[in-house]
Amino acid sequence: MSAGIRRILPQLLTLLAVVALITAFFPSFLSVEMVDGRLVGSAIDVLKRGAPVALLAVGMTLVIATGGIDLSVGAVMAICGAAGAWAISNDYPLVAALLIALAAGLACGLWNGVLVALVGIQPIVATLILMVAGRGIAQMITEGRILTFSHDGFAFFGSGTIFGVPTPVILWLAVGILFTLLVRRTALGLLIESVGINRRASALSGVNATVLLVFVYMASGICAAVAGIVATADIRGADANNAGLWLELDAILAVVIGGTSLLGGRFSIIASLIGAMIIQAIDTGILLAGFPSEYNLVIKAGLVVIILVLQSPRLSPRISAALSRRRKEPAPAGSATEARE
Amino acid sequence: MLLSIRGLTKSFPGTRALDGVSFDLRAGEIHALLGENGAGKSTLIKCLTGVYERDAGEILLDGRPVAPQSTHDAQTLGIGTVYQEVNLLPNLSVAENLTFGRQPSRAGLVQTRKMRAQAEEMLSGYGLDHVNVAQSLGAYSVAVQQIVAIARAVALSGKVLILDEPTASLDSAETEMLFSVVRDLRERGLGIIFVSHFLDQVFSLTDRLTVLRNGQHIVTAETAEVSRLDLIHHMLGHELEEAEHRRHATKTAQQSVLTFDGTGRRGKIAPFDLTVSRGEVIGMAGLLGSGRTETADMLFGRTPPDSGKAHDDDGPVSLRNPREAIAAGFGYAPEDRKTDGIIGELSVRENIALALQARRGWWRPLPRAEQRELAERYIERLDIRTSGAEKPVGELSGGNQQKVVLARWLAMNPRFLILDEPTRGIDVGAHAEILRLIGEVVESGMSILLISSELDELVAASDRIIVVRDREHVAELVGEDIETDAIVRAIAASDAPAAAPAAEVAR
Ligand SMILES: Nc1ncnc2c1ncn2[C@@H]1O[C@H](COP(=O)(O)OP(=O)(O)OP(=O)(O)O)[C@@H](O)[C@H]1O
Ligand SMILES: [Mg+2]
Repeated sequence: MSAGIRRILPQLLTLLAVVALITAFFPSFLSVEMVDGRLVGSAIDVLKRGAPVALLAVGMTLVIATGGIDLSVGAVMAICGAAGAWAISNDYPLVAALLIALAAGLACGLWNGVLVALVGIQPIVATLILMVAGRGIAQMITEGRILTFSHDGFAFFGSGTIFGVPTPVILWLAVGILFTLLVRRTALGLLIESVGINRRASALSGVNATVLLVFVYMASGICAAVAGIVATADIRGADANNAGLWLELDAILAVVIGGTSLLGGRFSIIASLIGAMIIQAIDTGILLAGFPSEYNLVIKAGLVVIILVLQSPRLSPRISAALSRRRKEPAPAGSATEARE
Repeated sequence: MLLSIRGLTKSFPGTRALDGVSFDLRAGEIHALLGENGAGKSTLIKCLTGVYERDAGEILLDGRPVAPQSTHDAQTLGIGTVYQEVNLLPNLSVAENLTFGRQPSRAGLVQTRKMRAQAEEMLSGYGLDHVNVAQSLGAYSVAVQQIVAIARAVALSGKVLILDEPTASLDSAETEMLFSVVRDLRERGLGIIFVSHFLDQVFSLTDRLTVLRNGQHIVTAETAEVSRLDLIHHMLGHELEEAEHRRHATKTAQQSVLTFDGTGRRGKIAPFDLTVSRGEVIGMAGLLGSGRTETADMLFGRTPPDSGKAHDDDGPVSLRNPREAIAAGFGYAPEDRKTDGIIGELSVRENIALALQARRGWWRPLPRAEQRELAERYIERLDIRTSGAEKPVGELSGGNQQKVVLARWLAMNPRFLILDEPTRGIDVGAHAEILRLIGEVVESGMSILLISSELDELVAASDRIIVVRDREHVAELVGEDIETDAIVRAIAASDAPAAAPAAEVAR
């Protein structure tokens, strides 16, 4: 267990630092009140607005752990949102609309997985196809309009609350926990990591790398579908052009901040979720600060660079070494430093 | 003194890999660096070339203290190195790998033709005439890649050349060629550090030797003044218990477990018949690239056979991919442990449990306690030197990584286990231990296909020996015929001018 904590410690500390920074300027950031039976406050807002990226990050973590990448998740969000909105506005029952959206996500994932695992196209290229084509598909579903609907049951997934907590927050927490249990209570996690580190050696040990690869892209697809439902429900309409736009990049960033290597291998879904919250906290913080909006992206990029540099595997041992050296300094016999000269 | 190392110390979490080691290298000498798996040889080299930062100690080159920060720094100082795990770029061409970082260029453009000529020049003298330097390196076998790495290091070393187990994947002809190159360099006044587990090579090539044990300097001496037994004693700290030779069973009416009829694959290996009996060790001898590894890859379904049938008592056995082979009770410890064997970032425990877990299926995880128990058992049984079962396998020494791959397959308890060069990079003590282990598992009924370039090992362990030449099974030796000379004759006996140095074929 302590190993698990140690794994996510850098991300937790980073999140704390970001929150502390924001709170220093806006003391009200952390204050949460109950209004009309729902929790409100900037922090709750971060948790809610971060939902799409957090959901995408769950599937993206598994894909990246295999050494792949899924650029199509933003477009898949748009497809699934459009499919759900189409179903609900054509008077399908709520459950059917949700299932249609989820099935669309699974189908997209299957397509990516087949291209990568069976056809052998490089993941970045394979998923680029759907990234580009996906918005076209979504536009075909919405027939080029913003497909609005008024269905309170569907809208609940975007703007409803459960015990005062916004539904999107419950959703990303639930999906994150479910997938964590799925991969860690079974051997899936180990097998995914082993394929990501060395696919040839894994295959020779009898690991079915093909099926695992298809699985992770389908997992990414279904996470994108849930994110698409949330985004569509939130605005009560499917916007094929803008739903999930650029979110694939934030999701990748969340995974990277979460410490999973783009080369594949060891992964942590929880760390990626914290990464997603770090990104959203930065976004919200910048908005609160009221900088002219043209500065936002530059400031965000700057903060992300600082975080990644501090966490980088080349640097962090040096930083911790420097820290421990300082701690040891009083002992004059600490000859390690002198001897190196 | 060309190079002197004083009080070199290096610790990793949980291990003190080097403990105040001193080491001297004269100009114009070949100096063997010896020790068990995990003794600290590779770590010493990496501290010397700046791959690892040393904790304490000093390095003097020509009397001046030096502190290279990278392999590149070391090269600038005149120290060329071939690391144990060859680190070249398989996607680049042979020529690019050879001249990397120093390609001839004009106005910022690489002069391809000049580069190729340079590369061919660098390779001449190693007998690699069939290698096309414009081809990508990954198309060639480990042996060719090894020689390319050596040629590159030789060209880069102005003062010191370091070779960490350079001959592990070379055959005897290639080894001889390497040795003549190395002797030439000695004449030119270079100092050469040579790491190897082949004691014959140590005695025939080197002038002095230094032995490390558990990260400590044990002895430095003139090679000629050390006896083989003393040397082994220095390395192990105790006497070697020789593995007994097997009795070369010519038992009658053995119980056959597997039969291959006309199994072959076009372009890889000609169809052959093979009957595997229960509890038998089948040795396989042949030059590199003769079709040994191709046979193994095919039997395990990695490049599935395109002709013939395999069957056991219960009927036909399908071998279309490794998973089918495993389901049929096969196991395969491949030749190239780095790319095909270990999963570097996973722990020793996870690496040992991997094949077992893959067979159970993802939905039935092997309980953590059972995995631990399994790992502890094999760490003990194969004497794997690690600070614990949770250490990433990539941080083990080369020989210990090899043992982990063996453990993975022994844990599966297959009925037919293919071992391709299982003792590569393994020290003398563990070598005997592994031969003993083979004898042990065979007693329990496992059958083994043992592929090896070490004829002594084949003779010691096999019940019969298949000789492979030019991608064909050409001879089978049984009973009294199993001895090294007979194998050498069978390998060489061909109408073409024999012993053609390892005709390596692009994969
Ligand atoms: N990067 C690393 N991280 C942690 N431990 C390491 C690392 N590299 C080496 N070690 C440890 O240091 C010790 C010495 O390893 P080293 O590779 O030097 O052995 P060696 O003498 O070269 O053995 P071999 O003959 O098997 O190649 C081993 O116990 C090994 O586990
Ligand atoms: Mg070594």
